[in-house]
Amino acid sequence: MPQPEAPQPEAPQLEAASPADETTLVHQAKAGDLAAFSELVTRYEGKVFRLTRHILNSREDAEDVTQEAFLKAFTHLDGFQENSRFYTWVVRIAVNESLMRLRKSGRRPMVSLDEPVDTGEDEMVRELAVWDETPEQKYSQEELRAILDQAVDSLGPIYRAVFLLRDVDELSTEETANALDLSIPAVKSRLLRARLQLREILTQHFKRKGDDILAYL
Amino acid sequence: MTSLLTCKEFLGWLNEYLDETAAAEIRSLVESHISTCPNCWVIHDTTKKTLQVYKGMEPQLLPPEIHNRILSLLEKAALEKRAAQSD
Repeated sequence: MPQPEAPQPEAPQLEAASPADETTLVHQAKAGDLAAFSELVTRYEGKVFRLTRHILNSREDAEDVTQEAFLKAFTHLDGFQENSRFYTWVVRIAVNESLMRLRKSGRRPMVSLDEPVDTGEDEMVRELAVWDETPEQKYSQEELRAILDQAVDSLGPIYRAVFLLRDVDELSTEETANALDLSIPAVKSRLLRARLQLREILTQHFKRKGDDILAYL
Repeated sequence: MTSLLTCKEFLGWLNEYLDETAAAEIRSLVESHISTCPNCWVIHDTTKKTLQVYKGMEPQLLPPEIHNRILSLLEKAALEKRAAQSD
């Protein structure tokens, strides 16, 4: 007598419905599956574009560098050892391409992510005003985006990349260090300075009207 | 370690505190410092809010024509790769 079919466990169904993970896509792409590599492009192109646009301060250059980075990644995919995430590897290519472009254009001939950081903490904090509880609600999405973008662009290039990878893309300190070819202490010191500088800039937009720290003393 | 932090020491631990990677003893020292130092309380609060506003930021969309250009260049590169392998 035929046995009734056992109900399918739920976990595999959920797994099948979830998007392919990065490692699977990389393996498929290495085996010649172009659709898998295209999926990786679609997944990360926005983040790579944001990062390169902020490093280069030029939309057109960032479009070119984003394109170059993914083409280079595709060409050299067999050499990707998978010691890091694919995204970290692509970021490293994109950052190198961006710095090379800046050097070639002569706009920032001395740019280096590895230049020493002035860690004079005493100079890092000047604005001490209290913010509104939900400062972002005072602005439209477009206005807020413009304020946040301008604030990041006003950071030195060595701080922009660290902040975007660590605090916006939410890479770990180790992944950020790997992507930018920096030491972990270098990432940490740049991140602190970037966060404090952004705090200073945003305070000018978000501080509570007619309020200052003296009210809290 | 001393039982109280100076303002400079507080800044040195701010990243770890905000990232919730600081040890319990450090967390407690930071919390005790910001509860008694209004300046550092403001620095802590506004830096935390700085990270919050950026965390909700969506990546910028690559213009569709650039996305399509990348995909078509990849197709070309894939054909060249295959041709090179079959040689």
